[in-house]
Amino acid sequence: MDVIRRLRGSNNEGVLALVLVGFIVAMSIANPTFFTLNTGFSILRSSIVPVIFALGVLIVVVTGGIDVSFAAIAIFAGYATVSFCLNMGFDPGILGIFAIAVGVGSLLGLINGIVIARFNLPTLIVTLGTQGVFFGAMYTYVGAQYYAELPGSMAALATSNLLDVTTSAGRAYLHVLVVPVLLLCVLVAWVLKRTMFGRSLYAIGGDIEAARRAGFLVKRTQVWVYVMVGALAAVAGIVHIVLSRSANPRDLVGGELDIIAAVVLGGASIFGGRGSVIGTVLGVLLVQVIKNSLLLVGVPSAWLRTAVGILLVLGVGIQAVAARRDSRQKRVIDEVDAEQKHEEKVES
Amino acid sequence: MSSDTVSLVPSPVVSANGIFKSFGGVPALVDVSIDLIPGEVHCLAGENGCGKSTLIKIISGVERPDSGEILIDGVSHSHINANAAIKSGIQVIYQDFSLFPNLTVAENIVLTAEVARRRRLYSPASVRPKAEEILRDLGLDLDLDREVSELSVADKQLTAICRALVNDARAIIMDEPTTALTHSEVSRLFALVERLRARGVALMFVSHKLEEVLAISQRLTIMRSGRQIVTGPTTDFDERSISHYMTGREVDESRVVSELDATAPLALELVDLSLAGAYRNISFGLRRGEILGVTGLLGSGRTEIAESLFGVTPADEGQIKVNGAPVRIRSIQDAVSAGIGYVPEDRLSQGLFLEKSIADNIVASSLRSHRTRWGTLSRDAIASTIKHYFHGLKINARNAQAPVRTLSGGNAQRVVLAKWLATSPTVLLLNGPTVGVDVGSKQEILELLRVEAAKGMSVIVISDDAPELVSSCHRVLVIKQGRLTHILEGDEITVDTIQERMSA
Ligand SMILES: Nc1ncnc2c1ncn2[C@@H]1O[C@H](COP(=O)(O)OP(=O)(O)OP(=O)(O)O)[C@@H](O)[C@H]1O
Ligand SMILES: [Mg+2]
Repeated sequence: MDVIRRLRGSNNEGVLALVLVGFIVAMSIANPTFFTLNTGFSILRSSIVPVIFALGVLIVVVTGGIDVSFAAIAIFAGYATVSFCLNMGFDPGILGIFAIAVGVGSLLGLINGIVIARFNLPTLIVTLGTQGVFFGAMYTYVGAQYYAELPGSMAALATSNLLDVTTSAGRAYLHVLVVPVLLLCVLVAWVLKRTMFGRSLYAIGGDIEAARRAGFLVKRTQVWVYVMVGALAAVAGIVHIVLSRSANPRDLVGGELDIIAAVVLGGASIFGGRGSVIGTVLGVLLVQVIKNSLLLVGVPSAWLRTAVGILLVLGVGIQAVAARRDSRQKRVIDEVDAEQKHEEKVES
Repeated sequence: MSSDTVSLVPSPVVSANGIFKSFGGVPALVDVSIDLIPGEVHCLAGENGCGKSTLIKIISGVERPDSGEILIDGVSHSHINANAAIKSGIQVIYQDFSLFPNLTVAENIVLTAEVARRRRLYSPASVRPKAEEILRDLGLDLDLDREVSELSVADKQLTAICRALVNDARAIIMDEPTTALTHSEVSRLFALVERLRARGVALMFVSHKLEEVLAISQRLTIMRSGRQIVTGPTTDFDERSISHYMTGREVDESRVVSELDATAPLALELVDLSLAGAYRNISFGLRRGEILGVTGLLGSGRTEIAESLFGVTPADEGQIKVNGAPVRIRSIQDAVSAGIGYVPEDRLSQGLFLEKSIADNIVASSLRSHRTRWGTLSRDAIASTIKHYFHGLKINARNAQAPVRTLSGGNAQRVVLAKWLATSPTVLLLNGPTVGVDVGSKQEILELLRVEAAKGMSVIVISDDAPELVSSCHRVLVIKQGRLTHILEGDEITVDTIQERMSA
C-alpha cells in the first residue's frame, strides 16, 4: 500500500507520468513518424520556455495566488534588453544579457508584489492589470519594431546544440539550453522542499492567517514570490528570443493559458498549498506532447487552444474527483485499522 | 499578601498592561491587565465573546491594541508582531488551531520552532525526532506523515498542542485546548502542564469547563464583556463563584426533563444498524419530542453512528425508519430529505461560511422553507427566522450582518446551531452541542433544545459532558467499542452512573 502511495506521489505525479507514457505509446502506434528522436528533441526544445514559465507560476500558485502577467514581463524584459543592446551597439556577453533582463523582470515583479502585498488586492486582478500596463509601456517606451538580427552572443547560443544525431529520419538536434533549464528545475525543487522560504510558501498557501500567526513574514514573502516570478519570466523571455532567433514584441503574450493549464495538470492546486516541480514538468511535457501530436495528425492549429482548454478543465475535474474518492478510501483504511485494534484488545 | 511574599514571586515573563481594544467602535477589551509568571498557570474565564481570545491575540502580536502596553521581561512594547512574540518565547494554541491543512502532522509540529530559530534551510529528516519526542512525552499515537486536513478534530487539536510544546517556550498560552479531547488525553495534557510548570514555564489557560479551571490553575482572572472583573488565587474560588462572577447571576445546572408522552410515536428507529469497523447491531427508537443522549469515549463509534444517520458514512447493514417508514440513507442529501439534521463536531471547518454574514449562515440550509407561493424567497419570512434565532440563541454580535469570522468561538457555534434549528428537522443530531460554550449559555442552549423538543422535534445529543446529558436528556445510550451497552433511564441518569458506564 505504501509503495503504491509513494509511486503515485503526493500530487498524483505518478498517474501523470503514466498518462504521458500511455499517450506517447498510443501516438507512436497510431503514427510511426511520431516515435522518432526528431520529434522527441523538438518536443523538448518547445518545452524549454514553458517549463521556465511554469516554474514561476508554480511558485505563485503554491502560495495561493496567480500571476497572469508573466508573459508580458518576459517579453518586456527580453525585448527591452535586446533592443537596448542593439541600439547601443554593445554585447555584454550572454550572461550579461541574462543579468540585464533578470534585473528588469525582477523590477516589474516587484511592482506586482508591492501592489498585492501592500494593498491586499486579489492577485488575478492586479496581474491582469499590470499585464496590460507592462505591455503598453513596452510599446510606448521601448518600441514595437521586429529585430531579425540578435546581438552576437545570443545568435551564437541560438545555434549551440548539446547533441547532434543523424538518424534514418534525418538529423536531430538537442538544444544546449535543455541543460540550464534542468538545473533550474532542480534548484526550484530544492528551494521548495528544503528551505524555510520554500516551506513558507506552502504554509501561506495552506492558511495565510495561520502562517502569519506562526511568525512567517507573509508580506515580505509575497513580495519575494512576485520578484522571483518576474526574474524567471525574464529568463524565459531571453531564452524565447534566443530560440526563435529574432525579437518580436508580439510574441508570448496570449500563451498564458497553456502554462497555467500545465501547472494545474501537474497537480498544483489553484487554491494554494499544493504542487511540485516534477508534476509541473510532467504537466508541461504532456501539454507539449498533445499539441505536437495534434499537429502531426493534421488538426488545424486553431483547435490547439480548444484542446488545451479541454485539458485544463479535465485536469481540474479529475483532481477534484480523485480527492473526493481518496478521502473516502482513507476512511476505509482507518476502519480496518480500528478493527484490528479492537481485535488486538479482545485477544489481550 | 505581605510585601515579603510578593518579592519572592518571580517577575513575569509577559504582562499586558491596561489594554484597550475595540472593533468598529464596539469595545472588546476595556483596561485589562494580566501577568504571566514563571511556574504558574493563569486561567482566564468568562462568557463567550467577553474578549479572552482577543486578549490572547494581542499578547501574541496577532492583533494590535488600541492602547496599553505589552511587557516582555519587563521591556515595554506598545505592540509586538507575531514573529517577535514567538522569538521571545511565547507560544499560543489558538482556539481555531491555526494549523496548515496541506502539510503533514510532523511539519505542522516543527515548522514554527524552525521559524523561531531563524532557520534558512529545512530538513524533514532532522526535525522529525523532535516531533516524535513530543508525541512520546504526551503518550500520543498520531501518524506524523498524515496530512492535517485528513485528521479528526481531536487529532487536529492534539497537533496544535504538540506544536506549542515542541518549542522551548517560556510562556505557553492555551485557548480552549481541551474542547475536542477525551478525559484521558486531558489528564495527560495536565500532567505535562505540571512538568512545564516545574520547569518554570509561564502558562495561561482558557476553558469553559470549570472543573478543569479549578484543577489546573494557581491564579484566575474572570472577565465579563471585555472588563476584568476579578483576579486572584484559584483557591479563593469554586465553580459557583466563578459562574457567578462570569454571568453576574446564578446558573442552574439541575435536571429539567419534561414528561414524555408514553404513546408518542417513534420519530426515528434503528434496527440492527452496523458499519464494519465502527459499530455493530445498534438498535433503538427515538420518540417524538424526546431528547436522547448518546455517550461513549472518543472512538467508541458514537460519532460514526451519527454520521451514518446523516449519510456521511452510510451504514453497511440494518434499517433506519423515520416516522415509521423505512428510509435508505446513502448520502447527506437522502438524510436531509428524510428530515434529519446534523450539527457536526468540527464546526469551524464543516458548518459555516466564515466570510458570510451571520444572517446568511442562519438561513443557508433552510432557504427551501422560506419560499413564497410563487417560488421566490420571502424576505419577511427570512428576516423573522433570522431575528428569532439571533435573539433566541443570544448571539453576541453587533448585528446579524457581521461576518461569522469576526465572532468569538462560542458565538460561531451558536450560528451553526441556529442554521440547523432553522431547517426544523424531524430529528436533529447534535455532536457536542455546547463544546466551547460558556456555562451560562450552555443552559440557555439546552433550554432551547427543550423548547424545540416540546414542539415536537426529536433530538439526539452526542456528548461526553455528563452534566449536560443529565440536565437535558430523557434517556442516555452508552456506546462502547461499537456496541450499545447500556440504556439509562429516569433516576439512573446521574453524572456518576454515566461516567462509570462509559469507561467501565
Ligand atoms: N476581527 C474582529 N472584528 C470584529 N469583531 C471582533 C473581531 N474579533 C473579535 N471580535 C469581537 O470581539 C468580542 C470578543 O471576542 P473574543 O473572540 O475575544 O471572545 P472570547 O472571550 O474568546 O469568546 P469565546 O469563549 O466564545 O471564544 C466578540 O464580541 C467578537 O465578536
Ligand atoms: Mg475565544
